[in-house]
Amino acid sequence: MTSDVYVQPISQRLVNQLRQALDLRRVHTEAADIDLYKSDASNIKGRAGIVCFPVTTREVQAIVRICAEFNQPFVARGSGTGLAGGATPIDGSVVISTAKMNRLISVDPVNRLAWIEPGMLNLDLTREVSRHDLHFAPDPSSQQSCTIGGNVANNSGGPHCLADGVTSSHILACEVVLSDGSLVMLGGEEPEPHGLDLRGAFIGSEGMFGITTKICVRLTQNYTAVKTMLMDFTTVQAGAETVSAIIAAGMVPAALEMMDQLCLEAVEAYIHADLPTDAAAALLVEVSGLPHAVNEEALRITDIGRSHGARTIRVAQDEAERALLWKGRKTAFGAIARIKPNYYLHDTVVPRRKLNEVLQEVYRIAREHDLLVLNVFHAGDGNLHPLLVFDKREPGVMERVHSAGQEIVRVSVEAGGVLSGEHGIGLEKRDFMPMMFGPHDLQAQASMRSAFDPLGIANPFKVLPSPSSCGDAHDIGEGMWV
Amino acid sequence: MGVDLTNFAESVGDQTAGPAWIIGQQTRVTAPTGVRQVQAPSGIYDLQPDEMTVVCGAGTSINELQEALGAVGQYVNLPLKSSDSGTVGGALAQGHGDIYRLGRGALRDTLLQVRFVNHDGHVVMAGGPTVKNVSGFDLCRLFVGSFGQLGFIGETILRTRPLPRSSRWFYIEQTSMSSTDAILQRVYRPASVLTNGQSVWFCIEGHPLDCDDTIKQLTPILANIVEVSGPPDLRSFPYRRSVSPVQLSKLFSSETEDSHLIVEAGVGIIHSKAPTQSPDIEPPVALIHQRILHEFNPTGRLNPGINLISGMTQ
Repeated sequence: MTSDVYVQPISQRLVNQLRQALDLRRVHTEAADIDLYKSDASNIKGRAGIVCFPVTTREVQAIVRICAEFNQPFVARGSGTGLAGGATPIDGSVVISTAKMNRLISVDPVNRLAWIEPGMLNLDLTREVSRHDLHFAPDPSSQQSCTIGGNVANNSGGPHCLADGVTSSHILACEVVLSDGSLVMLGGEEPEPHGLDLRGAFIGSEGMFGITTKICVRLTQNYTAVKTMLMDFTTVQAGAETVSAIIAAGMVPAALEMMDQLCLEAVEAYIHADLPTDAAAALLVEVSGLPHAVNEEALRITDIGRSHGARTIRVAQDEAERALLWKGRKTAFGAIARIKPNYYLHDTVVPRRKLNEVLQEVYRIAREHDLLVLNVFHAGDGNLHPLLVFDKREPGVMERVHSAGQEIVRVSVEAGGVLSGEHGIGLEKRDFMPMMFGPHDLQAQASMRSAFDPLGIANPFKVLPSPSSCGDAHDIGEGMWV
Repeated sequence: MGVDLTNFAESVGDQTAGPAWIIGQQTRVTAPTGVRQVQAPSGIYDLQPDEMTVVCGAGTSINELQEALGAVGQYVNLPLKSSDSGTVGGALAQGHGDIYRLGRGALRDTLLQVRFVNHDGHVVMAGGPTVKNVSGFDLCRLFVGSFGQLGFIGETILRTRPLPRSSRWFYIEQTSMSSTDAILQRVYRPASVLTNGQSVWFCIEGHPLDCDDTIKQLTPILANIVEVSGPPDLRSFPYRRSVSPVQLSKLFSSETEDSHLIVEAGVGIIHSKAPTQSPDIEPPVALIHQRILHEFNPTGRLNPGINLISGMTQ
């Protein structure tokens, strides 16, 4: 079991030691400086005690060793784009930002490997290796601003992970600073390192096993042909059934995304792409690869769409039109600001064949809580993203938002789904873990965590409900669902 | 629909009966004598082609599973059907991918959910039933390649994939590592590239006309490409080790008897005729192993004698 952590007020001695270990200018303690780090991109607010900006692995080790000496919890942070409160510091934790560790260290284009630092932005990596006709496959919607270190912590996905897999499938090795400051290499360039797959265990551990300081990524060859299609339907059910039919026919498109009517309206008003705003739902389907396969699959998918009642099927005629359709998908969250000033984005996964059933439940829940809901999600892997939009100045609305959110999670799990497909558990869903896992299941996860972090100071109080983590959270972050 | 693990759990958890060894078809590891043997349930319980998942007992024969999946145009990324392919649980416990890893990915990505029996007989679930899931820590990947040391796998939910339209093998004789580099760089996502330093075998999967075009484009660069019925027979190369794929070219420039090795280019698996010792695990990593084993197998009663740290399992 993890040892209890009693968070101490930040002592001047701790600050002094950190300032000796790092350049003074990279240890921030002033309220105005550290207030920016009180949360990630979720609605959950915590409190940072100190914010450090290391630039080398040795500096990360030094910070962590000092934290261990003071039994002081620390939280690793990339760009802070996480949506589950995973990087929200609780009760004055030390925030260790890896944003300045953002170098591409090396690329091997023949074996399709690259070593990078964790603060490198996802899209920057793809831009850097594009001259070798390669890319990094995971593409979260935040890829312009999220870091690879954050992708590792959350085992992030993205629209194009349907065919190529999520982050864990694209990471070969992580250099990790453990909570006592020691340095380990988990995994390696070799495909089957001897022993347990600690690399696999580390990916998705939400900063609770240590801090990665160097990452070996597997790069993916760029396709030579691509077809992007938008097909629209008069019912959500017809769109959902088309998704299942495409997969059942033995095809795994590069991406298979769905937007419902309210989302189409919001996006169209934002980007003017001539989207079918009178449709109940639209599917954005992309197939990529070699030309004959792409053409054949596009034809088969078109036939499946028509046989399921697709009203129109628009095939992007050039790269500009393709980019416009993708812009609609990837900027959907920005577009909703035209409807209401605030939103709460959810993330659950359900079996594909239950998509329509669960979506109808989502609409019911929103209706009963007097909320607007938009749906824009990774339909191909059943990964729902109901987006509740609201104005938080409205009295009582946050209670309705949280209540509706909890119910959406419950109906997803009851339909045979899971709590999260790509955002992680963090603080947001920590106390929902028993919906999916029993006491022995949670104990096994807690055991794994304590094997990596016996001190219990690496991002404590996240993921595992408190009986499993034996942590002692003194402060409940604002916005938590408890 | 799930697998009933009640009897399996009682059998594993019977502390009075002492240590236990889990066995499948014993195609990978032979159980030691004198230790009680247990077997996981077998059978396919739920195959959902439109979910691309299958629920099966860990004792299920891989041949039986691949046959059932083949009937719906799918396969699972475990070793392909053969006379000695063993069981699902055995393949996962060993964690070795097959020669198609370059194109089809790692075996560890196949396991979506596991229900296992822990050291004191409790059934524990990890992972989730859907193709995408980040709910909690990834215990599934830790199980792949754990040789039964963390618990005995009873039920699995596996990710399936569509069978490729075509899967064709080609061969180039009397060539060099530069040919394998050319194939890796010029062929779109080859399924496999094997070489013994003198000859190259490579597999292209997908639309048959795309395969034809690929070979046409390669011909001006690489002479004498011939289509063959399949990969080289690796049965006379029973040992394997794992290195960085970057090291493979150096390996052949230093080896005097290349015919003793066949390597998976772009991956880094070396198939050899003679056994090799895996390098020792670095002490800080070994310490994490020890802590995990202490948590999951505190008395060492599950598969006693396996040593994940020293490499005895080769």
